[in-house]
Amino acid sequence: MNFIIDLISQPWPWYVAGVMIAIIMLAMLLLGKSFGVSSNLRTMCSIAGAGNVNSFFKFNWKNQIWNLVFISGAMIGGAIASLWLNADVAPAISDDTQADLAALGIFLNGKLNPDTLFGSQVLSSFKGWVILIGGGFLVGFGARYAGGCTSGHAISGIANLQLPSVIAVVGFFVGGLTMTHLLLPLIF
Amino acid sequence: MKFLKYLLVGVIFGITLSKAEVVSWFRIQEMFRFQSFHMYGIIGMAVGLGALFVYLIKKYGWKDYQGNQIVLNPKENSIPRYLFGGIIFGLGWALSGACPGPMFINVGIGYFPMLLVISGALVGTFVYGLMRDKLPH
Repeated sequence: MNFIIDLISQPWPWYVAGVMIAIIMLAMLLLGKSFGVSSNLRTMCSIAGAGNVNSFFKFNWKNQIWNLVFISGAMIGGAIASLWLNADVAPAISDDTQADLAALGIFLNGKLNPDTLFGSQVLSSFKGWVILIGGGFLVGFGARYAGGCTSGHAISGIANLQLPSVIAVVGFFVGGLTMTHLLLPLIF
Repeated sequence: MKFLKYLLVGVIFGITLSKAEVVSWFRIQEMFRFQSFHMYGIIGMAVGLGALFVYLIKKYGWKDYQGNQIVLNPKENSIPRYLFGGIIFGLGWALSGACPGPMFINVGIGYFPMLLVISGALVGTFVYGLMRDKLPH
């Protein structure tokens, strides 16, 4: 048993994660649901009463509880991974990326996310708030406009050979490349 | 109790994305700089095997656990909503390093500033709802 815990506490290679994600998608279909995370954001707006302001949020959110439970489980999974399946191995980020990010003043710290954006001191910086809330805003707005995010379009949609999902993923990359190569140097 | 199975699948999803570092801002940067195969391998493998599962579901008419035919709803045909929505999403993904799943998983890991990203995403979703009729779809 210890051997297994030690093994899965190491960083997982891409092929293990790829297989697991496909199995998770299949599991949700076999459970009579679909694999898509961003609709939870709409559900949360609805629970908060957004349906009184706008009809887009007027639906019976109780039918979406299963998805809220799924994303709650994902949070628990993150906690389990960091508390009990953690061999404290620094992510093996490529040297080129390290150099590019260092030029922006963002440095590896042996953890999953940079201190510049997710360290505790970010909360005392106005710029930090703008970046985090602004980044989230774009993700939330864009996911609903495009009708799905990485799970719904890039995985479920393309696995079902949906042209709209291919267009959405092309959009993800146009936006992502623009932010990475043109805008990040202006922001940092 | 009837929701326990979704909780369990969610836990496995959270562990997978954490241990494979999909929740890492650095990994997303690596992807958008084409400097590592890691993220492409994960997405490629998931899509490839996922497509095989979908093919089998359709070919053999697999049913869900309650005996209902599994139906995969086709996405409505359009270009602007997927392209423009996708671009806006991508801008946010590369900035925050988190798409909707990893936002929540990162909070579980202990990255509490990610709650600001989630707040932003909720506001973004709400504003989309308000503007929806004025946007090209």
